[in-house]
Amino acid sequence: MIAAALAAAGPVIPDFGGGGASDRCVSENASFCMDWFRENWSDLFVPALREHVKLTVIAIVIGFAISTVLALLAHRLRWTEKPITVVTGILYTIPSLALFQLLVPITKLSLLTAEIALVSYTLLILFRNMLEGLRGVPADVRDAARGMGLTDRQVLWKVELPLALPAIVAGLRIATVTIISLATVAAFVVNEGLGRLIFAAIQSDVFKTELVAAGGLAVAMALFADAAFVLLQRRLTPWVRARAR
Amino acid sequence: MSTFVDALQFIPDNSDLIWRKTVEHLELSGAAIAVSLLIAIPIGVWLGHIHRGSFVAINVANIGRSLPSLAIIAIGIGLLGLGFVNTMLALVVLAVPPMLTNAYVAVDGVDPNAVDAARGMGMRPREVLLRVELPLALPLIFAGIRTAAVYVIATATLWAVTGGGGLGEIIVNQASYRIEGVVAGAMCVAALALVAEVTFAALQRAVTPRGLRNTPPLGPGAAVLPPGELSATQGAHTR
Repeated sequence: MIAAALAAAGPVIPDFGGGGASDRCVSENASFCMDWFRENWSDLFVPALREHVKLTVIAIVIGFAISTVLALLAHRLRWTEKPITVVTGILYTIPSLALFQLLVPITKLSLLTAEIALVSYTLLILFRNMLEGLRGVPADVRDAARGMGLTDRQVLWKVELPLALPAIVAGLRIATVTIISLATVAAFVVNEGLGRLIFAAIQSDVFKTELVAAGGLAVAMALFADAAFVLLQRRLTPWVRARAR
Repeated sequence: MSTFVDALQFIPDNSDLIWRKTVEHLELSGAAIAVSLLIAIPIGVWLGHIHRGSFVAINVANIGRSLPSLAIIAIGIGLLGLGFVNTMLALVVLAVPPMLTNAYVAVDGVDPNAVDAARGMGMRPREVLLRVELPLALPLIFAGIRTAAVYVIATATLWAVTGGGGLGEIIVNQASYRIEGVVAGAMCVAALALVAEVTFAALQRAVTPRGLRNTPPLGPGAAVLPPGELSATQGAHTR
């Protein structure tokens, strides 16, 4: 499909508007035309960024909700852990392109298709981290809580979940970064996000500036999210650093 | 279910196509892994040996893991144009971090008593590195290579999205190969990743000094896998 388009297209000069020096830089297809980038920042890149954030946030929120339910279930009923791990693991193993493609006949080329696939990829990471976090709560702490008279539900909300928070946030960090990466590929089935710009740039005879810009923005977004979660993790676990001191 | 069976049928029916695409896929992945090895291992081992640069070496993996694969390929094409070498370089950028960090953690984390004993026996620094540190570090180094190799094989499917070849081309071309082709392509990529995983696991076992064979090779700095390659490593290589 794409290979055929690339083969058939001659040297097409992308017509993105903008004048003067920017035009020349673009028609020569230099690696990065700052002027073009600046001119098209708000029309082209900001919407794509917003769409990308939307794709990511929806996937993480839904994935987190589902994983929480699954983790609490596996925490309470031990035997459910294995089947849940197997199913989420299989979903995780499928190469992203393939999963997107497999869903297209069922849910067509839509946001739903992309989100179903993206949510599937969050499940294993979030589920496993949350379960490990809950399991990592020391038995004596749980004992002490019960000794103080807390009910099972209180133990969960007041003791286990807060202590599991670092592992949960670590899982969210990995999941978010992974989804930002996969959301670029999601443009294959839904015309949204930074991936949309990447594909468009490849199809208009490899418009380099757009490629570098869209790619760069995706990398920046991923690094920013990673750093934000690291800070959040540090904020939530002051005792880890105090101990190190 | 019938789709799955049809997909299994697709493989022998189109064995030529699948073989050609698999070879292309392996060429790209192999080249990327080889180049990454040449870059990452010497640097990682050296930094670990002199016990310097820990902040950089360990965070390289964290940053590398966050890099969106398609974005890196896009930047690579943007800077260098389309083509085999350019995509390979993008894959190298993605593969170097886990290898480098694991190599660093492996050599840095070698039991200091062993190093002390070696020095006490009169070994020169280079001998200590080659005869003590490297053999003890090899299992973890290989774990890093394994992680990176599986990651590269899975990410190489994206090469097709940019007009290249490899098994991704079958997955991407639903129009020509229909759903059976897509599933078959996906299974082949997963199988390839699995074969790489098993091969490197065997290599890892082969290079592990006999005395260390039963200890788990994972250190605190080992890398986490992105989606698409968990096939053989269910939980085994994540923290």
